[in-house]
Amino acid sequence: MTAATPARRFLAGDLAPAATGLGCVVLFFIVLETLIRTGVISEYIVPPPSEVVASFGRVVMEEHIIRRFFLTIGECLTTGVMITVFGVVGGVLLYHYRILRLAVETWVAALAAAPVVLAYPLFMVIFGRNAWTIIMIGFVAALSPVILKTVEGLAGTRKVLIDVGRSFNLSASQQFFKIMLPAALPTIFTGIRLGLIFALINIVGVEFLINYGGLGQLINDLAERYDLPGTYAAICFVILVSVVFFMTLERIERWLRPTN
Amino acid sequence: MDNPILVADKLGVRFETAEGPVTAVDDVSFSVRQGEFLSIIGPSGCGKSTVFNVIGGLLSQHDGTVRVAGELIDGPHRSIGMVFQEESTFPWRNVTDNVAFPLELTGMPKQNRAERARHFIKMVGLDGFEKRFPGELSGGMRQRVSLARTLASEPKILLMDEPFAALDEQTRLLLGDKVLQIQQQLKQTTLLITHNITEAVQMSDRILVMTYRPGRVKRIVNIDLPRPRTSDIVGSEAFGRYVAQIWADLREEASRGMRDEEDHMLHEAAP
Repeated sequence: MTAATPARRFLAGDLAPAATGLGCVVLFFIVLETLIRTGVISEYIVPPPSEVVASFGRVVMEEHIIRRFFLTIGECLTTGVMITVFGVVGGVLLYHYRILRLAVETWVAALAAAPVVLAYPLFMVIFGRNAWTIIMIGFVAALSPVILKTVEGLAGTRKVLIDVGRSFNLSASQQFFKIMLPAALPTIFTGIRLGLIFALINIVGVEFLINYGGLGQLINDLAERYDLPGTYAAICFVILVSVVFFMTLERIERWLRPTN
Repeated sequence: MDNPILVADKLGVRFETAEGPVTAVDDVSFSVRQGEFLSIIGPSGCGKSTVFNVIGGLLSQHDGTVRVAGELIDGPHRSIGMVFQEESTFPWRNVTDNVAFPLELTGMPKQNRAERARHFIKMVGLDGFEKRFPGELSGGMRQRVSLARTLASEPKILLMDEPFAALDEQTRLLLGDKVLQIQQQLKQTTLLITHNITEAVQMSDRILVMTYRPGRVKRIVNIDLPRPRTSDIVGSEAFGRYVAQIWADLREEASRGMRDEEDHMLHEAAP
């Protein structure tokens, strides 16, 4: 038997997918930089990636991006907690009360597809030009996937697991907390993850629209100043927020359901 | 029978279907002695699993009565521990926590229940796998986890519905050995629902043969094979005679079931 080469060991290891992904991103930026430098893409529309990277320091120091970053993260977290609490409770109620489910399930599904962000003037009238307007728009836009996935998860609990619970004479609450909820948890997490995607898009979008708050407002400011490298650097921070968010969620999910 | 621990008397179950009411089980009566291993065998669709659900208290709409140690039962009962045909471990709990589940319900302290769970895990031969999750185990191992979980509730009667149906023949024989060993060790009263003749003869003291729809008791066969038994017994002449005898009973019923199914399909396909 011949010893595996370091390259083969690397390809077989855990680092290979991450390195491949990173390599693709770097390659994309090199191609983009070349296309801009050769004039194929106008630098007045898309700034060269090297300039975006160079502007990071300026944006961090002069535009208080860290404070804005935490502001947006805070709004996302608040919305995340709210959609989890209200979405899961709503889903449980819809699962338990069939008439309620038949009455509102279609409306809840329709809400998921509705461009809630367009109703921002109404939210501003109700909550004022502050973080609550942003949080509430994110909440309304992101609530339905959590509700729908909670209903789906509970309804999809395997009958045999329910029968196991019945065979052990579980009370209704034990049946729910010890069997149905843990069985539905992976589907509920899919709903929460979807909800957070909706929330993040809407939160940054509303910050941009009402020119208030964190990263969305910064993107608006920089775009209005026609500072393209700065605008794109701020967009990179938005992507960073989403990465941090989903990594945290994945950790929580793994902690709650080690088998996943 | 002297002091039977389980008595099923005149059980009957009817289901409403689109084609009218169907009698799944009709006038099924039998009893099980303390420490006895009784198997119920019959062709597919004879109502074996319906009997399982009635005895386990999962099906409340039925005629007749079920008594455990003289007590009339009408719903799931702590004296009856059920092992299901389908894989029924909790995927979010590791082996120890799965097995400790019924102990958790009694409010036993965590340390004690982990210790008690280890005892049953060892009994089913899964020591060393305590921290594994069901997703990391084979089908046979998962069924052993389910068995250990049920045994941990220390039921008076172990009720099993084709627990090894999804497993290959060799695993099934080996697990049959394990069940026999446990049953003999605990002197556990066991009621096994199966369609597998070999499995039934290998393990049982008596076998109740059911007719095809409606499921009735066709015959009860005493299995006079020596105990303690292992899967080695499948090579003996006496074993072969019992298998042939039960197959002779079942063949007619299974053929009737097959014909019925074919007629049903022809009827459905007719313009």
